[in-house]
Amino acid sequence: MSFKKIWERIVDSKYFSFGVTIVLFGILYAIGILNFKGFSKSQVFFNLFIDNAALIIATVGITFVLLIGGIDISIGSVVALTCMVSAQLMENTKLDAGIVTILVLIMGLAFGFIQGFLITKFNMQPFIVTLAGQFFARGLTCVISTDTINITNETYNAIASARIYLLPKGFISAGVLIAILTLIISTIVLRYTKFGRNIYALGGNEQSALLMGLPTGKTKIAAYTVCGFCSSLAGVVYSLIMLSGYPLHAVGMEMDAISSSVIGGTLLSGGVAFLPGTLFGVLIQGVIQTFITFNGRLSAWWTRIVIASLLCLFIVMQSLITKNRKRINSNN
Amino acid sequence: MPGNELLTMRGICKYFPGVKALQNVDFTLKSGEIHALVGENGAGKSTLIKVLTGVYPLDAGEIFMCGKQIEPHSPLDAQRENISTVYQEINLCPNLSVAENIFIGREPRKMRMIDWKTINKKAKELLNDLNLDIDVTKTLDSFPVAVQQMVAIARAIDIEAKVLILDEPTSSLDEVETQHLFTVVRKLKGKGLGIIFVTHFINQIYELCDRITILRNGELVGTYNTEELPRVQLISKMIGKELGDIQSVSKNEDVKSKEVYMTANNITSYGCINNFNLDIYKGEVLGFAGLLGSGRTETAEILFGINKPDKGSLSIEGKPVKFSDPSDAVNHKIAFCPEDRKTQGIIGDLSVRENIILAMQAKNGIWSHIPLKEQERIADEYIKLLQIKVSSKDQLIKNLSGGNQQKVIIARWLATNPYLLILDEPTRGIDIGTKAEIQKMIIELAKEKDMSVIFISSEIDEMIRTCTRLAVLRDREKVGELVGKDINSDEIMKTIAGGVDQ
Amino acid sequence: MTTLKKITSHHLFLPIFALFLLLLFNAFFTPGFFMIKFQNGQLYGRVIDILNRSSILIVLSLGMTLVIGTGGIDISQGSVIAISGAICCYLIGGSGSGEANVPMFIACIAAIAACAILGAWNGFLVSKLKIQPMVATLILLTAGRGIAMLITKGQNITVYYKPFTYIGNTIPGNILPTTIFIATAMIILLVITLKKTSIGMFVQSVGINSTASHYTGIKVNKIIFMVYVFSGICAGIAGLMESSMIAAADPNNAGLNMELDAILSVALGGTLLSGGKFYLGGSVIGAITIQTMTTTLYAVGVSSEQLPVYKAIVVIFICLLQSESFKALFSRIPENLKKSKLTEDKKVVMKV
Repeated sequence: MSFKKIWERIVDSKYFSFGVTIVLFGILYAIGILNFKGFSKSQVFFNLFIDNAALIIATVGITFVLLIGGIDISIGSVVALTCMVSAQLMENTKLDAGIVTILVLIMGLAFGFIQGFLITKFNMQPFIVTLAGQFFARGLTCVISTDTINITNETYNAIASARIYLLPKGFISAGVLIAILTLIISTIVLRYTKFGRNIYALGGNEQSALLMGLPTGKTKIAAYTVCGFCSSLAGVVYSLIMLSGYPLHAVGMEMDAISSSVIGGTLLSGGVAFLPGTLFGVLIQGVIQTFITFNGRLSAWWTRIVIASLLCLFIVMQSLITKNRKRINSNN
Repeated sequence: MPGNELLTMRGICKYFPGVKALQNVDFTLKSGEIHALVGENGAGKSTLIKVLTGVYPLDAGEIFMCGKQIEPHSPLDAQRENISTVYQEINLCPNLSVAENIFIGREPRKMRMIDWKTINKKAKELLNDLNLDIDVTKTLDSFPVAVQQMVAIARAIDIEAKVLILDEPTSSLDEVETQHLFTVVRKLKGKGLGIIFVTHFINQIYELCDRITILRNGELVGTYNTEELPRVQLISKMIGKELGDIQSVSKNEDVKSKEVYMTANNITSYGCINNFNLDIYKGEVLGFAGLLGSGRTETAEILFGINKPDKGSLSIEGKPVKFSDPSDAVNHKIAFCPEDRKTQGIIGDLSVRENIILAMQAKNGIWSHIPLKEQERIADEYIKLLQIKVSSKDQLIKNLSGGNQQKVIIARWLATNPYLLILDEPTRGIDIGTKAEIQKMIIELAKEKDMSVIFISSEIDEMIRTCTRLAVLRDREKVGELVGKDINSDEIMKTIAGGVDQ
Repeated sequence: MTTLKKITSHHLFLPIFALFLLLLFNAFFTPGFFMIKFQNGQLYGRVIDILNRSSILIVLSLGMTLVIGTGGIDISQGSVIAISGAICCYLIGGSGSGEANVPMFIACIAAIAACAILGAWNGFLVSKLKIQPMVATLILLTAGRGIAMLITKGQNITVYYKPFTYIGNTIPGNILPTTIFIATAMIILLVITLKKTSIGMFVQSVGINSTASHYTGIKVNKIIFMVYVFSGICAGIAGLMESSMIAAADPNNAGLNMELDAILSVALGGTLLSGGKFYLGGSVIGAITIQTMTTTLYAVGVSSEQLPVYKAIVVIFICLLQSESFKALFSRIPENLKKSKLTEDKKVVMKV
């Protein structure tokens, strides 16, 4: 009985989901070390970040939207569009890399803003609007070019190949720096600013938030704008890895971002998320991919199946946590 | 004592498509007074409040605050003018901590960052003032409704309010909590706040309020000093007619048959009800009396199969039954009109006809569809029988008034020809005329159709008028049964408060 | 005036009007659009082509309509299409001799049954475990193509067995493509079922207010479970049609983003994505409209890669037309936007 109670308390704790994510990551990593030679090298760990820098940023973006109970399925397309526009501008107009980057970031910002504006002002379904956004961005990418455009800009290539050594034998890329910075800033924004708290309130109960005098409309638009910005930032980081623009870049990245966020403890009904948790959500996906690379015999689609199983596991766990909380409540 | 005029509303008009919600209403509030705003449903109380708090824009009229004209366009605007509101349904965010719920929107900050330490400290102090000692860092949804209501009030009074609007704050509180709230409200009055108190409870008006403003059909009836307006007059002004036919139906004093329909043996459901034993006879109106949270609704929900008991058993006419779903109960000829009409009763976007035949169809199952002709016949029959006011039977139920919606829900169940009809607060929030009709109907159903009726209500008067037997519940246990002459308010109160069996 | 208003506010007005506009455009700008030729015992022409291609979408949207009616959504349909095709093609086999390993009929039934099970899985997650539909079906969306790959061992299977191609094309001796017959049969079957049973009313009831439905004795879980199974079956049938058209299983591309088109058809047909009242006829016309638009755009020289840009604009346009706030903006009723955000609230007060 008392053990049951203690268990219920643990499950009810704010950081239970976060804890489970970290433990799971630890277990997966341990399995990797035990099974594969070379898995314990520090660079393997850093590569998780290098390979998934763009996904980390995208996950941060979608978490803002998921927090308010919305959804954005345009992320992957915006990433592709960003890569394509960057490549096109750098290669065919010879614009400066810095200016191009600023331009594409503004583009993402505007893209997110327009989606948020339509959803908020006209009460349109987020799924439909961002679906249109997905079509639009992907289509536009094809309008610019249906072939690969390689980025040969020297500054850009230099940044892309820069290695930042954290350990004598372990380095990260510029993209990882951007990703980690985004994560830290966003975590602080969500925890310590009015805007951040309004987002949580909005996701908890929109009607209440409105009656409590919070600027719900503005907050909603802002959340989608943040997500749009993060998508284009993820696009920039993605282009640093791929060094090209191509219409089929990052297909389905939004789904990866959503699953990372959920595995990291975000409730899709809104109002609950912890950004450091979502980082581990991304890393878990990364570890699974690394497994498959190390194994060499398994096909890539196993990643999807394993991720889906994990997603399933976490979603079921979330629904059990909610039930548990209700039970504790009624016993009070 | 009441001081200067704090808030003045003049010539307020508000129209909705096809409805004159408010017509030329005047209202004044003095500082240091508690002002009751009363009226039947549809009288315009909520609309007046929503106009004042900027949820709806005005169509005509002026609002003055301390002599200065104001025009709030949003609740935030109203807050800035020092008008804050506690709504009937708790309007807080369940996922945020208690402390944050109190301070969100006006968080204390340090170097532009939210200062959590101060928030938690201040929240703790504020709630201690209201005699509430809880962990303010836990999320709001880990606390019961009464605590959430107090948090909402704590939030409202901390917003440096001059005008505090309490919109039916006591509807989900028990007696102790209500008294607690009143203490707090009186304290605020002493500080010079003007308090608008919207309520349905007549007793509470006389206990607490200095003045009363009565609205009817969107028009102002008048504003009176409480001590100068006797209760009977208040009620007749609210409904616009004298009380009359309400007492005309006499209840079935002695139930002829002593045949048991349903029996509950030692029902226990953790956190809901403990060791509940009850025989339900045919043809009786059995009341569940008790305060909110005494377990009356929870027990009814077990009888209807919405929740499963952890221990104990149910039997119908001597045969044991197990309900795992409401549909099982429906198959055993049990019907249940739930407490919360809007979320548990009506299917808003379906027509009155569909809403009426829905339970019957659910009972018949998916495959034996009731033909449209038959559906229409049934709908017509019950619309006539219960005198439901509809423009057509294909009107959407969400467009009906509360009382008529309730009648449709009752019709839905009568159409299934139940042996046991459970009514949970069927008259809550509906006008006095319809209330009387429903009471009359309950008595007749038991008398003429030999139906067992379980009647749950917060209004003791209503229970006395209709019930032939009362099961009294307190703290999730049945503490007594009353029959015959024992069914009077003194005895009921005594039993609820503790006596009889102990 | 009032009749005009009645017509324009009918739920079928928008999809029919959109279809009409598209057809009108084609009548002027696409030469020979309405031309139907009789050749080799078959009918050919753009219109037939549109109907043929929209049949898959119609079948999908039938399942989607019911799911959306309960307030849910099924974003796994596209992946289920891939699985259906993979199972069927795997069973028939890609032997060059043109013979089937397993009788085609059994292969098809097996594929559809498997998809029904996948639908049941979705239904189980949504109804029993109470997981939001979008999330629950996200699992299968993520895993589906992987599963299809596993079945086909990572390759596309090309089927040389001739009768298999009849499903997605024309059976020799018929004048119209089989897909049209399948879609029509599905529509008729569903309409009769809805007329003769209470499924339709229960689906709407659940979509509008599931708690109240439960309290009325409706077996809410069963209804929800059923619609997901049905959606799975629809996706399974669509999968057979799609793989038959190309006579191959293509786990990577079969039915890619089809679920989005299906959702679009339903929305275009006037069903609110939040559930409740649903309009099958609207969804069918919606599906045809979308296919007509696609064909029209091809006809005016838009490439298939650029097509989504136009689709996006149309989607936004349609949704704007359906948006109450947008209507209010243009009908010059002195209603500001703030109020329409509070429609829910307004209803309560008006009722009181």
